[in-house]
Amino acid sequence: MALARPVGVLLAKELRTEFRTRELLATTLVFVLIVLVLFSFTFDPTSVESRRFGPGLLWLALLFASSLMLHPSFTHEHTNDTLLALRLAPIDPVSIIAAKILANFCFLLVAELVLLPIFAALYNLHVLPVLGRLAAVLVLGTLAICIVGTVFAAISSQARMRELLLPLLLLPLLTPALIASAEATAGLFEEQPALAPVWIGVLAAFDTIFLTVTWLFGDYLLEE
Amino acid sequence: MASAAHVKSMEPSRSAAAQALATIVVALLLFVSVYAAILVAPEERTMGLIQRIFYFHVPFGWSAFIAFFINLVASIAYLRSRAPKWDWLAVSSAEVGVPFVTVMLVTGPIWAHPVWGIWWTWDARLTSTFVLWVLYVCYLLLRTLIDEPERRAVVSAVFAIFAAFDIPLVYFSIWFFRTQHPQPVIGAGGSLDPRMFRVLLVCWGATLALLALLLVQRYRLEAMRWELDHLRLNLDRPGPEPQRFATVGSKGGSI
Repeated sequence: MALARPVGVLLAKELRTEFRTRELLATTLVFVLIVLVLFSFTFDPTSVESRRFGPGLLWLALLFASSLMLHPSFTHEHTNDTLLALRLAPIDPVSIIAAKILANFCFLLVAELVLLPIFAALYNLHVLPVLGRLAAVLVLGTLAICIVGTVFAAISSQARMRELLLPLLLLPLLTPALIASAEATAGLFEEQPALAPVWIGVLAAFDTIFLTVTWLFGDYLLEE
Repeated sequence: MASAAHVKSMEPSRSAAAQALATIVVALLLFVSVYAAILVAPEERTMGLIQRIFYFHVPFGWSAFIAFFINLVASIAYLRSRAPKWDWLAVSSAEVGVPFVTVMLVTGPIWAHPVWGIWWTWDARLTSTFVLWVLYVCYLLLRTLIDEPERRAVVSAVFAIFAAFDIPLVYFSIWFFRTQHPQPVIGAGGSLDPRMFRVLLVCWGATLALLALLLVQRYRLEAMRWELDHLRLNLDRPGPEPQRFATVGSKGGSI
């Protein structure tokens, strides 16, 4: 794969920049926590109610958080005009987007790792027995958010009102991913935990389709 | 400039006459379709008069889907060719498609309230149409937030492609919640009276003609706007370009 090396190098760069400050991770974590606490006031978080609403709330919180945290992935390149430097490199422009998708994917997964125990404790849900299947849903769902979110961050970074624009573009488009992730997660917290293959199928289809679209059309967003 | 040549090539008086004629034809077609829907089509046995809204609800929906399909094709064609005309077509089709979907979203609840007893239900067709409407409203909003014409064209084309590929997924995922919308009555298993079907076709023809008329008008407007944007950008640039201004000025007179 000609893409693998530049993507690896760029991914290392993204991770290094983030882990020097950890700003993005810290703010995302705190934001999701606040949202989860606020949600607990909208209904009585007993275990029956939690099983019904909890998974949807978790995914909504992650969605809102990602619509904020994905925004800097291109705008922070504006500060020193580093996107121009990246574009000048003799690599396929898609690898710049791919690296950013992967980096955001890592950040969001790390955030989820920290949040999951807290979420389970706050909403009184049993995570351990279904951990493997839950991880599969989290990985597929998070990938869906990061693919579309990163591409749309590239779109919104070129417009006015960019902070407001990203959630506006991102949230309606992620409808199928939200439904599938929330439904799949809800199935895991039922009395008899079960993972509906159809929702995994929807998530996998979502990821495949939009990865392909990004691969075909993503590089247009980086030209000047 | 391609746009200037395009605008200039249409002779003002002849094109104005053609536009007036087209508008009259479309108006007549719409009048005929209203007449057919109210007076020609047979009354539906259980729903009665309110069922006649179907002759506008369905054709506007079908035409809107055609508009969004044009939008997708034009967006891909723009990215591949970079010819501004594809961007003009893309924005025109989206801007005509959105009000068409709005007609569908408004006539639906008007019908649903007496028949279902509720204005709205979160079933697959309704919800995915609503998401479709939101996506293309966002598309139009995105376009207003980017000033530079080429950038706007590229960025919104990519968004349009994402939106178009999202629609089947939205529909499919919501479909797994129970669906309440009447199942299609055309095609397999349909039981539509042939007279009703003919009226439906007449109405669809009329909405398609309206779509075409609005599309052409909006396309020409976009061509002029594109030229205007370029003139503005050239004005903002430092240093006069006397030759360029002279040619643009002479073409501007013929618009």
